[in-house]
Amino acid sequence: MADNRDVVETMLVFARTLRVAGLEAGPDRVQAMVAALGELDVMEPSEVYWAGRFTLCAGPDDLERYDAAFNAFFGGETPRPGGRAPRQERVVQSAPLDLDPSGSGAVPEDQASEEHAMASGGEVLRHRDIAQLSPAEREQLRLLFGLLSVRPPTRPSRRHTRSHRGPVDVPRTVRRVLRNGGEIRRLARHKQRTKPRRLVLLIDVSGSMGPYADAILRFGHVAVRRAPASTEVFTVGTRLTRVTRELRQRDPDRALAASGAAIPDWSGGTRLGEVLKAFLDRWGQRGTARRAIVVIFSDGWERGDCALLGEQMLRLSRLAHAVIWVNPHKGRAGYEPLTGGMQAALPHVSRFVAGHSLAAFQELVKEMADA
Amino acid sequence: MTQFPDSLSDLPPAERFTGPADLADALSRTGYLADEGLATAAYLALRMQRPLFLEGDAGVGKTALAQAMAEVTGAHFVRMQCYEGLEASQALYDWDFPRQMLHLRAAEAAGVHDAEELERGLYDRRFLLARPLLAAIEQSPSVLLVDEIDRADDEFEAFLLEILSDNAVTIPELGRIVADIPPLVVLTSNRTREVHDALKRRCLYHWVEHPSYEREVAILRTRLPQITAKLAEDVARATGKLRSLDLVKPPGVAEAMDWATALHVLGARELDPDRAAATLGAVLKYREDADRLHSMTLTAMFGT
Repeated sequence: MADNRDVVETMLVFARTLRVAGLEAGPDRVQAMVAALGELDVMEPSEVYWAGRFTLCAGPDDLERYDAAFNAFFGGETPRPGGRAPRQERVVQSAPLDLDPSGSGAVPEDQASEEHAMASGGEVLRHRDIAQLSPAEREQLRLLFGLLSVRPPTRPSRRHTRSHRGPVDVPRTVRRVLRNGGEIRRLARHKQRTKPRRLVLLIDVSGSMGPYADAILRFGHVAVRRAPASTEVFTVGTRLTRVTRELRQRDPDRALAASGAAIPDWSGGTRLGEVLKAFLDRWGQRGTARRAIVVIFSDGWERGDCALLGEQMLRLSRLAHAVIWVNPHKGRAGYEPLTGGMQAALPHVSRFVAGHSLAAFQELVKEMADA
Repeated sequence: MTQFPDSLSDLPPAERFTGPADLADALSRTGYLADEGLATAAYLALRMQRPLFLEGDAGVGKTALAQAMAEVTGAHFVRMQCYEGLEASQALYDWDFPRQMLHLRAAEAAGVHDAEELERGLYDRRFLLARPLLAAIEQSPSVLLVDEIDRADDEFEAFLLEILSDNAVTIPELGRIVADIPPLVVLTSNRTREVHDALKRRCLYHWVEHPSYEREVAILRTRLPQITAKLAEDVARATGKLRSLDLVKPPGVAEAMDWATALHVLGARELDPDRAAATLGAVLKYREDADRLHSMTLTAMFGT
């Protein structure tokens, strides 16, 4: 069965190519692919294609990558030698999303000693504009971000929980009756449970938001960690990127590094209208935005068509439970929402808040819980 | 079952088909026209006894595939519609409390005092209400359609995973019920929520596309034999154009069929702009989409 072994070997190399292309082709998926091939004709390219596609892809985003990799691999091109480095690499350095323009995230020693003095100055730090902090202060603010307690907003669920007051819980009452030999001693009651309401964060990562992006992503990380199943985080710029999966990791620096690697349009331009439309088409309309609290972090500098942005904001406001727009510039004295994008979006926003300091973020947490 | 020779219908469902093309033929005889990808996916699901996970726009025939598979394999069709707050007692089994109570009272009246016998009588199979999951396991062979799994909570996903991997249900009072032939499971999702990876990994994943023009004409002709060939072609062409228009909700095959039926009821033998405008509600379900279309000239769209 030398021939058979060749097939398996080829498929393993193909799976490695897919991992390089960014698909999660884990061992069990590869095993499933080989099993699927066993049921089909190995010599038929289209059947090989389908066997791999059913077992190695997990969503529509994977299909494009799979198709490209398949064509490259079986179309004669050789795969890149060597796989990618192991996924769980340790982040020794601080996150590459560092705010410091000079690039080094480490705290110099003389500044580190200053930190002790500043620890008591945490209250002052809370109200300072994030864009104007020194690297050491930012380092400290990062720790404070971890302490933010994001309370997920709730909504009534269809399920019930036992309670002393409320309507009669018939099945449980009857079960009790059965246990007591047919005697009704006490009525069991129940009440409606609450569930976390879905929270969607849309984070503008264009150049103009640069100084705040790191802090906002950190906020996103805290929110995702608090309620992983009901929180979604996307970045918007020139395109839409879902970073929820990356932000689910426990370690904030590692989570930020992973999402930084996933965002292709970091510090680029903004086409809010188009990207918002992409979000609504691919996620929002289907359910992600339905009855959710949608928080948009952006300064409203729209490079594209403002009319499109207004149209899409109207669509979003009809789907969502509440739309909160967070603009870091709103915290500055004398700010007026004059940019075209802001003008177009504001009529469809339920709340418009600042997001320039830690105190502002704490305010936002409250707004989200009450929305 | 009648469409199979006896020797074939005796075989377990997985061994009745020689390959994807054979299954596609069998499906087309029931009126479901599957393309190569879908037929291959369904064939593999049968052979590998893995659940089939289907995603795609609404109205592309995900649910219909499960029904057609049941017909083709001569299996029972069990459907479970997921919704938020779905619990084990609604998905798996439940005891029929009122009947149990009646039984208890009747036994009392008859003067049965043996407590043990009374209890054994109380937890009998006839007091058990089989919900979809148990029904699919009891009535094998069966096709279990778990519709819109993304609407259920993630705890339910974990529960489903457990049932699917065992193909058995354990009821404390009765014991373990095992499926003779594991049911063919078809899961559909509309992606309102990302389904957990653990569930997806155990499934064959397929993204169902809108059909090509030729296939759509064939589907319309098969499903709606009463309409004219010209009308089927016109509707398929117009629906294809609508899909390319960047609408809020691009019409699926289901909408195309509704539209063709509506036109046929109005006596149309082909698509003309007036009737198209009058019946547009059958394909476009959003006012924004209708507005967008009206802003282009209808004649340019549907003129023949």
